[in-house]
Amino acid sequence: MAQIDSEKYAVATQLQLTWWRFRRHKLAMISLVLLVLVYLLAIFADFLATQDPHATDARTSYIAPQPIQWFDDNGFNPHVYGIKGVRDMKTFKLVYTVDPNRKVYIDFFGQGYEYNLFGLIPTKVHLMTLRNAERGDGIYILGTDLLGRDLWSRLMVATRVSLTIGLVGVSISLFLGVLLGGISAVYGGIVDTMIQRTIEVIRSMPTIPLWLGLAAALPNNWSVLQVYFAITIIISLLAWTDLARVVRGKFLALKEEDFVMAAELAGASQGRIIFRHMLPSFASHIIAAVSLALPAMIISETSLSFLGLGLRPPAISWGILLQDAQNIQTLALAPWLLISAIPVVVVILAFNFLGDGLRDAADPYG
Amino acid sequence: MADPILSVRGLKTQFFGPEGVVRAVDGVDFDVFEGRTLGVVGESGCGKSVTARSVLGIVDRPGKVVGGSMKLRRANGEVVDLGTLTNEQMRKYRGPEIALVFQEPMASFSQHYTIGNQIGEGIKLHMGLDDRAAKKRAIELLDMVGVPQPARRVDDYPFQLSGGLRQRVMIAMALSCDPRVLIADEPTTALDVTTQAQILDLLRTLQKDRGLAIILITHDMGVIAEMAHDVSVMYLGRAVETGSVKEIFETPKHPYTRALLRSIPTVLAKPRTRLPTIAGSIPHPFDRPKGCSYHPRCAEIIGAVCEKAEPPAVDTDDGRQVRCFLHGGMEEAKASLAGASA
Amino acid sequence: MIAFMTRRLLLGVMTIWLISILSFIIIQLPPGDFVDAYIAQLSSSGSQVSAAEAENLRQLYGLGEPFYVQYGKWLARIVTGDFGESMEWRRPVTEVIGDRIWLTLLLSFAALLVTWGLALPIGIFSAVRQYSFADYAFTLVGFIGIAVPNFLLALVIMYFAFVWFGASVGGLFSAEMALAPWSAAKVWDLIKHLPLPALILALGGTAQLIRIMRANLLDELRRPYVVTARAKGLSESRAIIKYPVRAALNPFASNIAYLFPYLVSGSIIVSIVLGLPTVGPLLVKALVAQDMFLAGTIVLLLGVMTVVGTFISDLVLMWVDPRIRHQMD
Repeated sequence: MAQIDSEKYAVATQLQLTWWRFRRHKLAMISLVLLVLVYLLAIFADFLATQDPHATDARTSYIAPQPIQWFDDNGFNPHVYGIKGVRDMKTFKLVYTVDPNRKVYIDFFGQGYEYNLFGLIPTKVHLMTLRNAERGDGIYILGTDLLGRDLWSRLMVATRVSLTIGLVGVSISLFLGVLLGGISAVYGGIVDTMIQRTIEVIRSMPTIPLWLGLAAALPNNWSVLQVYFAITIIISLLAWTDLARVVRGKFLALKEEDFVMAAELAGASQGRIIFRHMLPSFASHIIAAVSLALPAMIISETSLSFLGLGLRPPAISWGILLQDAQNIQTLALAPWLLISAIPVVVVILAFNFLGDGLRDAADPYG
Repeated sequence: MADPILSVRGLKTQFFGPEGVVRAVDGVDFDVFEGRTLGVVGESGCGKSVTARSVLGIVDRPGKVVGGSMKLRRANGEVVDLGTLTNEQMRKYRGPEIALVFQEPMASFSQHYTIGNQIGEGIKLHMGLDDRAAKKRAIELLDMVGVPQPARRVDDYPFQLSGGLRQRVMIAMALSCDPRVLIADEPTTALDVTTQAQILDLLRTLQKDRGLAIILITHDMGVIAEMAHDVSVMYLGRAVETGSVKEIFETPKHPYTRALLRSIPTVLAKPRTRLPTIAGSIPHPFDRPKGCSYHPRCAEIIGAVCEKAEPPAVDTDDGRQVRCFLHGGMEEAKASLAGASA
Repeated sequence: MIAFMTRRLLLGVMTIWLISILSFIIIQLPPGDFVDAYIAQLSSSGSQVSAAEAENLRQLYGLGEPFYVQYGKWLARIVTGDFGESMEWRRPVTEVIGDRIWLTLLLSFAALLVTWGLALPIGIFSAVRQYSFADYAFTLVGFIGIAVPNFLLALVIMYFAFVWFGASVGGLFSAEMALAPWSAAKVWDLIKHLPLPALILALGGTAQLIRIMRANLLDELRRPYVVTARAKGLSESRAIIKYPVRAALNPFASNIAYLFPYLVSGSIIVSIVLGLPTVGPLLVKALVAQDMFLAGTIVLLLGVMTVVGTFISDLVLMWVDPRIRHQMD
């Protein structure tokens, strides 16, 4: 048995070895599972949404979170309570509250608003819809905002936007980082010095004011998609430096390794040495660096949108949801708006644990 | 011969790791005398350095001295067992009684303080001198160990010195509080051959002038031959043979000692001949062989006995101590083995 | 040593230069030339600008000329202290910014002190008592510090302060002091209000520094020179504080260079949530209103502040590490 194991180790690739070591980090493994779940949530955001996240209704303004009632007198029969209008006798204003006397039943896989599954397949199927809904009724698991939009549905869609912005942003940073870090290490000399100085300069600039300045300059008439990509690019422009440093450092260290020397002596071309021999041995470091760069990206987007200078409504992202919770008067009235902060913290924490685990696994001494 | 300054008996130091207990030092005996050098020799991992640290009570966690005695005879004739002291009490002995010289002078100095500062620290602590007097003494010490321009060098940082100079400074630091026992742990391993010879010369001169007792730890038989009066050969945490340098080099008794001596390159050897090596490699510390721990590599193994019984330390007629059934202890071992199986 | 300083100084000058270009780009970015915007702004509030006046303004700012000429003219005016006029406030930009830039600096610096004050002892403790209960507790708090963006932390603290104490925790001054001229009482008021925002701002950086300090010190504790110190008969605490802690301070000091920009950045967003009178809220307002001279100037000033702060931290680093001091010997 031990014999087989050691043989398995001897022929394993660097990535396999990293994976085996990684599996020993419990916290990182849990984080990985959690992140996979959250990304699944993001993929099926519309399916999980109970109503159109953009639909407004003054009747449902600031409804507190309503739990789903799973049972009634007939046993398992999930339902929520309906909404009714009551006139406040002091102010004579119509106030909408929950009416426990009227049950609205939940259907699974029923028809709701239309959306494109995976962005391709038009469908109306949702996990949960209401059967005998009247105007204003809804499954308000997390309550509603000022404009009467359902927070749960908005949170699902926001998760998709915020998580993908992180991925797209990191891809751009990774491309810039590997390219410039690699060039820096391979060519050395004056090119290296220039790139390194540029990195130092970028790193010593206060990023938020610059982001704000650049983001504010985006034309008002741009579409949601254009703004989305513009913001992603702005964030990545200042974020590639860390990845470039990792790539350059590893490249330089590997250049001195015996197996690279051996490949050179064997007459391998530079391209082959880089892609066949060097890249696989620091791929795990890059994965680790990426998973540590992702949360920073997500925080950046959330911060910008929170300040009203990132994505703009009608786009929905974590930052935009939190923007509603910005002032204390609103919070006092509708504290559930702060719920949007929970996924932000959990996802960032999970990425950090994952990144730490990966880094340890990629380099037990580093 | 006079009484030893330091007499160690049955010293045991173990490391309590999550994977189990490693018996790094497992019953070591030796005596160190004034003005004499005891060479402790063995392959890496045999417990030489741990022995040195055990004597000073600075074994790193999770290591711990678990048994044996280390009797130190102080200048006033009082005898103290170092193993019974608390860390706080032991501190008084580190420096003024026993001092240590390390293998890597670069890593063993902090790069953040001048050498004067680092030498003076112990002086201030143990001799109660003030800053100026400590610096003056540091300059004298640097002069004594042959550092040129000591008054200027005293304000240098370790990274500004060459390897040889650093080792001289390290020796000066070790001698700063007039210790009576100096433990030199591979003092010349990191140096080139000429510098090595200079440092060994320096150690010999200092020993003659001050009557220092030196414990010289090394894996290099050449250094032992040049420096030591007495030798203790260690294998897997035990001293397998102890005796005077002349006897051990001329008539080695333990098969391991013989193998070690055979593997020294000599200028008299025929060109292009293979240097004999010791068969096999040192066992993993968790995988200590049963019986005599050297038996899997031994060329003169006595089947059935060496594999099962541990050889006792036997005093030979010429005053040596050997742990090998070739030289005694066979009958007792056979009897107890027979008794156990019966 | 001189080479190190020169290199750092040059890098600082280069950064400032790059920031000035970026600031100018920000000023230039909105569509149309800003004299048009200025005139539109003025006329919407009832004032009239004659064609001659407009032409004067265009001349002054070099509009219609190539970018670098405009940039040069802008730079030349800045050197004489003329940062232009805020369109929204119709007052010189420097007047609008006023004390706010100093309060920003003060807040960032206070956060820096908090970061050091917390990270240093906690990092040392966590390393020396590795795997103790307190070590785990600090590690957990550290992770939360890293994972919670500071504006969220500010929001949550504000919410709970409101719910539990019914008090607003925002601001750097009490209501009656905010507009009062500077006096000893106002300074004292400021000192009383400073710790909470500084702590909120500092938490993220503190968490990172604790991790760095702990990891470095764990490395240093294993080095042979610690054994040397023990072999000299030093007490355990003295051996640790004088040698490995000193060595672990080194990367600690070199991290300041990236910590300070991070704090300045963070102060913007924390100030907005907590309603602090720093340049943060002003910057966002200016950007939303496209008041570009004000916004560009704030970005430039923040950049310069950061570079100066970084340079000072380099001097600290040099003082801490003799190897850098002696590089040229």
